[in-house]
Amino acid sequence: MSATVLEGHGTAGVVGTRMLRREDPALLSGEARFVHDLVVPGALHMAVVRSPYAHARITSVDVSVALGMPGVVAALTGADLAGEWASPMPCAWPVTADMQSPEHLPVALREACYVGDAVAVVLAGSQAEAQDAAAAVAVDYEELPAAVDLEDAARDGVLAHLDAPSNRAYTWELIPDPEAVRRAFDDAAVTVKERYVQQRLIPAAMEPRGVCVVPQPFGGEYVVYSSTQIPHILRTMLGMTAGVPEERIRVIAPSVGGGFGSKLDVYAEELLCLALARRLRRPVRWSEERSEAAQATIHGRGQVQDIELAADADGRVKAVRVHLLADMGAYLQLVTPGVPILGAFLYHGTYDVPAYSFTCTGVFTNKTPTDAYRGAGRPEATYAIERAMDALARKLGMDPAELRRRNFIGADKFPYSSVAGLVFDSGDYEAALDKALGLVGYEALRQEQAQRRSDGATKLLGVGLSSYVEMCGLAPSRVLASLHYVAGGWETATVRMLPTGKVQVVTGATPHGQGHVTSWSMIVADKLGVPPDDVEVLHSDTGLSPLGLDTYGSRSLSVGGTAIALAADRLVDKARLLAAYRLEAAPEDLELSDGQFAVRGTPSTGIGIGTLAFEAFTAHDLPEGMEPNLEASATYDPTNFTFPFGTHVAVVEVDTETGRVDLVRYVGVDDCGNQINPLIVDGQVHGGIAQGVAQALYEEASYDERGNLLTTTLADYLVPAASDLPSFTLGRTVTPSPSNPLGVKGVGEAGTIASTPAVVNAVVDALSHLGVEDLEMPVTPERVWRSIGAAAPVPGGAR
Amino acid sequence: MIPASFEYRRAGSVEEALGWLSEDPDSTKLLAGGHSLLPLMKLRLATPGVLVDVGRVPGLSYVRDAGDHVAIGALTRHRDLEISEVARASVPLLAHVAGQVGDPQVRHRGTIGGSLAHGDPASDLPAAVLALDATLVADGPRGRREIAADDFFRGFLETALEPDEMLTEIRVRKAPSGWAFQKFNRRAQDWAIVGVAAVLDGDPRVALVNMGSTTLRARGTEEALAAGADPTDAAARAADGLEPSSDLHASAEYRRHLATVLVRRALVEAAATRG
Repeated sequence: MSATVLEGHGTAGVVGTRMLRREDPALLSGEARFVHDLVVPGALHMAVVRSPYAHARITSVDVSVALGMPGVVAALTGADLAGEWASPMPCAWPVTADMQSPEHLPVALREACYVGDAVAVVLAGSQAEAQDAAAAVAVDYEELPAAVDLEDAARDGVLAHLDAPSNRAYTWELIPDPEAVRRAFDDAAVTVKERYVQQRLIPAAMEPRGVCVVPQPFGGEYVVYSSTQIPHILRTMLGMTAGVPEERIRVIAPSVGGGFGSKLDVYAEELLCLALARRLRRPVRWSEERSEAAQATIHGRGQVQDIELAADADGRVKAVRVHLLADMGAYLQLVTPGVPILGAFLYHGTYDVPAYSFTCTGVFTNKTPTDAYRGAGRPEATYAIERAMDALARKLGMDPAELRRRNFIGADKFPYSSVAGLVFDSGDYEAALDKALGLVGYEALRQEQAQRRSDGATKLLGVGLSSYVEMCGLAPSRVLASLHYVAGGWETATVRMLPTGKVQVVTGATPHGQGHVTSWSMIVADKLGVPPDDVEVLHSDTGLSPLGLDTYGSRSLSVGGTAIALAADRLVDKARLLAAYRLEAAPEDLELSDGQFAVRGTPSTGIGIGTLAFEAFTAHDLPEGMEPNLEASATYDPTNFTFPFGTHVAVVEVDTETGRVDLVRYVGVDDCGNQINPLIVDGQVHGGIAQGVAQALYEEASYDERGNLLTTTLADYLVPAASDLPSFTLGRTVTPSPSNPLGVKGVGEAGTIASTPAVVNAVVDALSHLGVEDLEMPVTPERVWRSIGAAAPVPGGAR
Repeated sequence: MIPASFEYRRAGSVEEALGWLSEDPDSTKLLAGGHSLLPLMKLRLATPGVLVDVGRVPGLSYVRDAGDHVAIGALTRHRDLEISEVARASVPLLAHVAGQVGDPQVRHRGTIGGSLAHGDPASDLPAAVLALDATLVADGPRGRREIAADDFFRGFLETALEPDEMLTEIRVRKAPSGWAFQKFNRRAQDWAIVGVAAVLDGDPRVALVNMGSTTLRARGTEEALAAGADPTDAAARAADGLEPSSDLHASAEYRRHLATVLVRRALVEAAATRG
């Protein structure tokens, strides 16, 4: 399949063009192979027996009936497996020194702490046999009171773990100058105090998780196939937790059907397949079912946010004060406690705020563990400040666009040292706002909104803004150290030329839908002057890329892509020396153009980089001291985060008779710095917007009062489809990041971060003249209908 | 998501299907498009011992002009009904509703007979055939019988079909105008939270989706219309005597409210199509 460019920009290369994704033919044709597709002769299928209670004492587990069922090879309890573990399941982010972390084993021993907690496993010759036998495992439970509601749990009314002193995991603070905050609130002309609930979300990747571990019991390695975002981190953690020497584990992530953070984790099933393959000396595999995924894969969000703003009479915000309760769920998964901290620095949003106070308490509940989910902390922060800014605008009687304009960090203030301690790299927030307002036709919409109100229309119009900035490019290793994260934030790359002039790129980033293969090949193609089709990108296999820190947090391009560019530069440097030797010229007199090295001004006597690659391969005639082959590696540790930003505008129609909300228009203006492939940027923004709209209008992991998850199918958990969304109008401003040589910022999470508050602000805006000030997410038709019935109209119908 | 073990048989004719059905009617289920039954089996809410696949029985997929009515074969897929010229001209309500069921994948597999025989009060087509006063034809060991739609839907997933009977044809009187269908859901692919099928040709008939344990008529509205009430007043009685359920997507109170709004809209729209 040859690279197809939809829109080029002349001879300057392919970077910046809308080249079609090279990944897609295999994915769309079904040729791509996911874990479940792998054919592994002799593999045993694992089924997990899960607790039906949110909190229960496990009084006995009887596997005898299951053991006698067709095809069953083993049935094991938590006690049977206790000897397999060198340590409990890992949490890599102890955010405070006194953080509490209840022991988390792959299979519970005495106490089940959420619906879905594993209590036994069965291995059989087929998935069906394993599941039938799992249903026959007899477990006696003594049901215990469950900590279900987050705020109740924070008061320790019911303990989520029997032996824990409290449900509190930690309290983390960021209050640079408490006195300044107090003064700002004392002196404020206007304050707002808002409480927002971030409902729990089920990540619902199109491909549920899957694991298959193939042992070579006679001296070889364990090959772990997993639907994971983090093969490198997983290898290290599997080794430490299961007590297998790290070098004996090779993790391969085949095609991975989405993650959104949910596959940025080390899961019980991965550990179980490894330990059982070791124990039984046979391949062991497990494929997650959709309803199982709803319970056994991490959830996202789950916060109660109290946010206060202090402003002067002109609407200039002088202080932000935030208290968070963050629902950890039953256990700390890989980065659970750090998720709120990733948002902790961004509760002042895009605004130049001088005083800042943030505290967060992580709380255990008897629910599925939470962890990173698309945006991880930053969507929550953006939601709180952008909703609160609209509340402030209403209180001041000011247009929300004007309020934002007054408070933006000015374009002349970058690099900007924020009150929370970050250095924002570059930005022009007002330009993005202006572009978004222009694209949506803001003034005309306001007129139409007023017209409909005065006509007494039953379909009201609402316009919602969201201006966001996020921190991406995770992360400078030294900063991670200061946040007590136990790993670094660099990324690795190798670029090598093969004898025929083709190129292999090895990346430590691990794509699962983002299009790394396309983007990396474009970067290298331009550096080397070869067609992108000649560049193969190898990834997601610890046997091929022994070191890497994987893909999450919009880091791959700004960190991993930079490593690729640096490695390519090094390769070109070496090729230049060889070319100079062949052309009998000084290296500094050579220029590389369209894959040819030539002395500046005499392009006809050049030598192609492919020829050089072959000569470096044969090594028959190399300069003294030059090693054979054209190959170079780089490891890039960023010096700062990157700070993408933008403004999104949602336009909704609200049917006052039914409460139905229709998202009728959507404009997103994003600035992710330089763009390698604007088509991929569009795709990331599209998916991100859809996922953020889903939180605003559709999705919620609902629990009953006993801690049963009610939304375990996609008929109950409402992931919106394309037919539920309008066509998005996308715009862009380009403010390159000074933090990396590509000038890129990252765009994987931007749409999700921006869209949720834009949509909810739009619904509230539609109803504000009726006295509606807030709506809980998801904004369901019934909630809207009830809010209209309960609201007291604003006198005179003011905005 | 793996069903309990069952025996699968593919029937080549109605007679063969009925023969197998009569062997053990209570633990045998007919499989047509499978889009209602298979999800229940995968969740193990249904565990039939024998599955008789009638999907390839010839001669049961048709939409035919039969003079005073339209005859529809039970194995007609939703998509075929949606695009049928006969249905669009003579019973446009039915063609329209067939196009509202689920999503494109469901509409290309699911059948009208399967949907009606499943008897789900949240399904669209039962309300349409009830509003159209359809006649349902069933074949069984005691021969063929005709069942009025009014007598067909008995309760939650319960119909007038005997366990050894098979629904083979649906007969619908022609109603080229004076109809409307309102469906309220959160996502396009979802079952209706509340739906309304209204037919104003002849005696007005208004049928409701998801307003009780079975598909039913808005009797209060129909009585009001017969007494000459306008759409708003008639619609105000849409939920009279009805006890819809509360679930994750809507409370009973909200459903009752929606019924009044949607019935009013349906009546106004149906009146407008009457020309």
